[in-house]
Amino acid sequence: MADTAYEKVKAARAAKRPTASDYIRGMLTDFVELHGDRRFADDKAIVAGLARLGGRSITVIGIEKGHSAKERVAHAFGAPNPEGYRKALRLMKQAEKFRRPVLCLVDTSGAFCGIGAEERGQGQAIAECLNELSALKTPVISVIIGEGGSGGALALSLADEVWMLENSIYSVISPEGCASILWKDASKAETAAQYLRLTAQDALELGIIDRIIPEDGLGDDIFFTRLRAVLSGRFQALCAASAEELLERRYARFRSIGAENAQ
Amino acid sequence: MAILDFLFQPKNELEEGGRSALPAQADESEPEKVCPNCHKSIPLSRIWAEQNLCSCGYHFRMNARQRLAITADAGTFAPLFDEVSSSDPLSFPGYRKKLETTQVSSRENEAVICGTARIEGEECCLFIMEPYFMMGSMGSAVGERITRLFEYATERRLPVVGFTVSGGARMQEGLVSLMQMAKTSAAVRRHSDAGLFYLTVLTDPTTGGVTASFAMEGDIILAEPGAVVGFAGARVIEQTTRKALPKGFQTAEFLLDHGFIDAIAPRRTQKKLISQLLSMHREARDNG
Repeated sequence: MADTAYEKVKAARAAKRPTASDYIRGMLTDFVELHGDRRFADDKAIVAGLARLGGRSITVIGIEKGHSAKERVAHAFGAPNPEGYRKALRLMKQAEKFRRPVLCLVDTSGAFCGIGAEERGQGQAIAECLNELSALKTPVISVIIGEGGSGGALALSLADEVWMLENSIYSVISPEGCASILWKDASKAETAAQYLRLTAQDALELGIIDRIIPEDGLGDDIFFTRLRAVLSGRFQALCAASAEELLERRYARFRSIGAENAQ
Repeated sequence: MAILDFLFQPKNELEEGGRSALPAQADESEPEKVCPNCHKSIPLSRIWAEQNLCSCGYHFRMNARQRLAITADAGTFAPLFDEVSSSDPLSFPGYRKKLETTQVSSRENEAVICGTARIEGEECCLFIMEPYFMMGSMGSAVGERITRLFEYATERRLPVVGFTVSGGARMQEGLVSLMQMAKTSAAVRRHSDAGLFYLTVLTDPTTGGVTASFAMEGDIILAEPGAVVGFAGARVIEQTTRKALPKGFQTAEFLLDHGFIDAIAPRRTQKKLISQLLSMHREARDNG
């Protein structure tokens, strides 16, 4: 049981924690993986495609970390490159065309940090995801299942509803990064984790997320069955709204964050 | 209290203004500045008189008021949303104090100024970020001001011109600052969907969450010569990858080569170019 903020950080990063592919296998049926951004490459850090959630066809976009060392390397440790975000973007637009709801499973320490990522416009790719998601005429639910690392996580989390697993984290900067800025000492991450208010409970209190998913039986059949039922119910409610209503509410949802200084 | 002392000191060269920075105001003991490009010493007063340019063409940083003075037609700037102030949503240790000291040293109350102005007669909404206010970092006040400016511009059918300079999201506001990327992007999108024109000018440095949101969402994106523009910080990339960075990595010229900006806009001809682009979009709208 994770109690302190930093224990939650460790729980969120644990290698045995279910990854996006485990959710897809456990919770969805008829998954057809779709590859590539049609621009440059297929980014293995993002696993995405079509699937059924109960009786409903959806587009699922997951950031995949992998479990074993080999898997983790193959999936670039769940750090998407620009082509990953562009694959996500392509599939979001496709979902909009066919009026399919979108489920994003977010689990990343952050967008990939590298020379190639900058050459191919990491900032532009994330900005485009945000810009498009803010106007995407189909329901979107994002679930942070492990780490929600900064802009790389937000790129898939401008959604109608944002949920977090009980022991997941969501933060503007890693606690280690914060500690090395504040004290030039990454080992003070424990204190930084407290300052940053990055737990699901903090995010709910701050009005950033809508729901916390309990982790009882995390990864077992009952867990996935329960989560599928909650998701189905919410997608049904969101699908009942007109595109205009949906976009109006999505705009208002983010519009209100940090707006309390209005005079 | 040794821990807290760190909170009040500049954390890195970006917060201090960087290698190529000029002091925000005259410093009598140091009246000269060495150009990092041609290595000549230049009196500060002369640099200021020349739009913070060296005779070799090097672009020094400039604060938001200096930039406003060389961009907007004299007497046309009408400020908006100055009253929107920073909050401390996380009660982050030292943040309130940091805001207070920064407000005194920068003479600004936040890291962006917004308003309406004319640029060679062309009416627009204008925002200019302030490098000397916590390195132009985006907290809730910056996000809220920019969002309001886009909403104001959408309502009145005005174009937006924005000068960006930022170290990214403001860590001390945590998730609330991260969400400003989403909020501003949504407001930019509404402005765009209304058929209105948005021009960004990226200045040194534009990084992190600002690059990954409204800086890169312009219809036309210009950048000042030599400006550092990127998502991840160069030093972080170097440490993570343990590879030497290519020459000119993350400069405006690098972005131009890779297809991420429309053109380089030297400071001396910027105003004319901006007004020309504004007028071309106004004509299209008037004729439509």
